[in-house]
Amino acid sequence: MTRRPVALAVVAALAAVIGLDLAASAPLNPYKAPPFLALGSGLAASGAHCTAAPAK
Amino acid sequence: MTDTTLSPPRAGAPIAGRLALVALALAAALAVAALAGARYGALLLIGLGFGITLEGLRFGFAGPWRAMILRREPAGLVAQLLAIALVAAVAFPLLQSNAGELMGAHAPVGVAMIGGAFVFGAAMQLVLGCGSGTLVNAGSGNPVGALALPFFALGSFAATLHLDWWLGLGTAPVVALAGNSGLGLTLAALAAVAVLALALGKPGSRKLPGRLWLAAVLLAGLAVLNLIVSGQPWGVVYGLGLWAAKGVQALGADLTGVAFWAAPGNAERLAQSVLTDVTSLTNIGILAGAALVAAWRGGLTARLPRLSARAWVAVVLAGLVLGYSSRLAFGCNVGAFFSGISTGSLHGWVWFVAAFAGSYVGIKARPALGLEARP
Repeated sequence: MTRRPVALAVVAALAAVIGLDLAASAPLNPYKAPPFLALGSGLAASGAHCTAAPAK
Repeated sequence: MTDTTLSPPRAGAPIAGRLALVALALAAALAVAALAGARYGALLLIGLGFGITLEGLRFGFAGPWRAMILRREPAGLVAQLLAIALVAAVAFPLLQSNAGELMGAHAPVGVAMIGGAFVFGAAMQLVLGCGSGTLVNAGSGNPVGALALPFFALGSFAATLHLDWWLGLGTAPVVALAGNSGLGLTLAALAAVAVLALALGKPGSRKLPGRLWLAAVLLAGLAVLNLIVSGQPWGVVYGLGLWAAKGVQALGADLTGVAFWAAPGNAERLAQSVLTDVTSLTNIGILAGAALVAAWRGGLTARLPRLSARAWVAVVLAGLVLGYSSRLAFGCNVGAFFSGISTGSLHGWVWFVAAFAGSYVGIKARPALGLEARP
């Protein structure tokens, strides 16, 4: 057996996760998307990052 | 990316197939831009760039640390330090002058953070894949990475359920270097570690090959783009934990009582699509980019390794531990080590020391777990 079926299974699983998530999440709306660049946007960064500690 | 199943390179896919794969990747980014917004399409492209660079130029984190510890080969580690220094040179001034729009990968040092980094270092040597490495290995068809990945996500989610308890063991205030003095100190410390690694390195193994120079420059450029486009540094762990949380929520679990997921920013991420989450998009890109490179150069025809049942169990457990420990450590090799140090966070340096010590233990444990031939 080669790596090909493993890679295909991983990509298929990823596509399934994205598809299921799209069905369960709030609808996408490109007209409410943030500006293309955060730099110069005047908006604060979202903070959803690995290093974000929970607020006390 | 270093893996456990290296095989001689084989003939790649036909040129038409290669072009179709590239067209598919670009179409996916365009679709995300059209459906979700230009920023999100750009982040998917940046993630693809990370994946292509990591897999295409075989730039890794776990492998070079293993090479340094086992064989005193410092080139890969020095390339990591070079990439971090390049990002720091740009990120420090950007963060200083745009503090409202951009944020660094800053986190507190604490008991759980140090322990988490140590355990992460050990586990990443068991699967020979760190945060980014697990994604790259899974995308390139390595079954060890493919099996570890979902358990990495579950482990990262599980740690969010207990994070408050772990932080209660003792956590210091966040310490972040900033400005010219902070940048100077960071570059000096990176240079000192690089000189030490080169001095300890085996003669004849100290020269960086061209691919590592190129990879360091490309990764640094992509990391800076990630910061400019998204407002936050490159990360991996948050996205994986979010995927598992969304899965658990889809199965009917109520996460509103979990402090971590009830926090406004995280609750919003749970409600919105992963196609609007920064680390999810770059993670998807890394995985897809690695798959693209593997298909491009014929890497998917490599045969799978024959591992014992004990080894597969070890991979599952290591995946869980990687996810759990990286959440406690406020990031993995990317979010804590790469992005933490390059944006001035003290926790990045502490993570480096603790995870390197853990790597030593992990390397020594591999033969006993059936993950390689006993010496």
